[in-house]
Amino acid sequence: MYRTANGEEIFVIDGHTHFWDGSPANQKNIHGKQFIECFYAYHANLSPPSEKWTLEKFEKYDAKTMHDDLFVHGYDDMAILQPTYLGDFYKNGFNTTERNYTMKKSHPDRFILNSAFDPRDGDKGLEALHANCEKYHVKGVKLYTAEWKGESKGYKLSDKDSYKFLEAAQKYGIKNIHVHKGPTIIPLNKDAFDVGDIDDVATSFQDLNFIVEHCGLPRLDDFCWIATQETNVYGGLAVALPFIHTRPGYFGHVMSELLFWIGPDKLLYGSDYGIWTPKWLIDKFMAFEIPEEETKETGSVLTLETKKKILGLNAARLYGIDIEAQKKKIKEAGGYAHLAGSVHAPE
Amino acid sequence: MCAQTAVDRKAEVWTRLQTVTDPELDEPVTDLEFVTRADVDADNCVHIEFRLPTYWCAANFSFLMADDMRNAVKKLPWVADVSVVLGEHMYADKINAGLAQGLSFQETFGAEADGDLDELRRTFLLKAFQRRQAALLAHLIEAGHDAARLVEMTLDELVDLEVDDAGARLQTRYLERRPVVADAVATSRAFVDADGEPLQAETLSTYVRALRRVDINAEFNSALCRGLLHARFDTETPLSTKAGQRVAPP
Repeated sequence: MYRTANGEEIFVIDGHTHFWDGSPANQKNIHGKQFIECFYAYHANLSPPSEKWTLEKFEKYDAKTMHDDLFVHGYDDMAILQPTYLGDFYKNGFNTTERNYTMKKSHPDRFILNSAFDPRDGDKGLEALHANCEKYHVKGVKLYTAEWKGESKGYKLSDKDSYKFLEAAQKYGIKNIHVHKGPTIIPLNKDAFDVGDIDDVATSFQDLNFIVEHCGLPRLDDFCWIATQETNVYGGLAVALPFIHTRPGYFGHVMSELLFWIGPDKLLYGSDYGIWTPKWLIDKFMAFEIPEEETKETGSVLTLETKKKILGLNAARLYGIDIEAQKKKIKEAGGYAHLAGSVHAPE
Repeated sequence: MCAQTAVDRKAEVWTRLQTVTDPELDEPVTDLEFVTRADVDADNCVHIEFRLPTYWCAANFSFLMADDMRNAVKKLPWVADVSVVLGEHMYADKINAGLAQGLSFQETFGAEADGDLDELRRTFLLKAFQRRQAALLAHLIEAGHDAARLVEMTLDELVDLEVDDAGARLQTRYLERRPVVADAVATSRAFVDADGEPLQAETLSTYVRALRRVDINAEFNSALCRGLLHARFDTETPLSTKAGQRVAPP
């Protein structure tokens, strides 16, 4: 919860968080070590110095640390747990639905648990998806179209098998498809991060929402084009947001373009925890204004109204969260005890 | 070979490497501090070593840069052979073996690779053209040049155009990439679109705005790559092998 100087309460839903184990004990091979170290480089490179963790803490943080970073020190009211399996790199997987579920189980009002699928898993994958939906009642999945699997170096959402999974997911009650389209992890060719396949499925599955994580950066131009064509395509701001510290001018440029092309109702805040933490991201975001020269060109302005949408209202709509009811639940469980009369700042 | 020749040759190698860009970032691999070694041995063989911002950097781009470095250095008449070695990368062994045997990217990766490097190279040369053109046009419009005049301008007129220092740099960079899209003789139009078609004065500012999105992508990559390289390696300490800095005795 973020309180403005005027006493307005902003409900924050963090669209992108992880509870991972990248520790040496869980690393299966050199790739596991390199993977977490690459994440750490993102963290170390884009965080303000005061928010920088040690590699050891970054590799594996405990449930309490995560809870407090998000909800006590940070302004998140709720957070979506997005899984990343990486079974080829980590013995027990990196950040599985099962592992994330331990967070959800301890704090049911705080977390939204998402699952995942991979169309290349065939019937076994469909069964697993069904089982996960039954067990966890998930409303969303996170997909990595560029993930390697055996000989395959990625897939497209427009593939026949992907359609089969999307149809099944819809049947099992899933509404939101988060797709990682962002900085490369291991693509041999970059095409697995191409956002073109989103266009296809967004048209075919009008009742599903497609949230393009990281806004397709570094392919923002393609993403903007698709998102303006399709009413059910959204942009997740994880990874774009931390640039607010290291390169605020650039962040202003990106926001100006995104607001111009896809508008304030289709952008979702995400910290990408544990890569970055909500406190400093939101402090800076709330204080941020798009530079005048950008506004002059696009007319885009980050008003308080727009910030509220990005920070929580848009995600609440996608996940069917009744904000007032949720606030009440969190309050009754003592979740706002640390807030007392505090005011966090702008306006 | 006398010591002075060795030093000169090494400097020549660095000058050649300066012409090789990271295709996505459109910046020289030397400025990006990717190249960690460029030595000339007694037999006039050149040994180049490089590294990239992450262990996961796309293999096709890695291969392409290595290939470009080799070709750029081979152009020096005295060079007997060039070896290029990539370090600390998921595919280092595979890429290095392919490079050593003179294989193509497709031959090196076989079924794992699709799409050939020439097409990739062309795609990114085109992006570099657009990015450099947008920067130059924005600069010239800002400096008060008339849109109607800019769209009619020929290449030799652009070369002769009086510009400030920043403009001159943008002009040079643009002219380097202008031949990518269409014939570039003195009387050709200086500014054409990616298909080689003339631009329109009325829509010039909209056109430049649209191109700026290409720039956003490149800036994202550039900021990220420099930062990641810095987080991964010590990039503060100057490399002892770099031309113009402490040159090791041969």
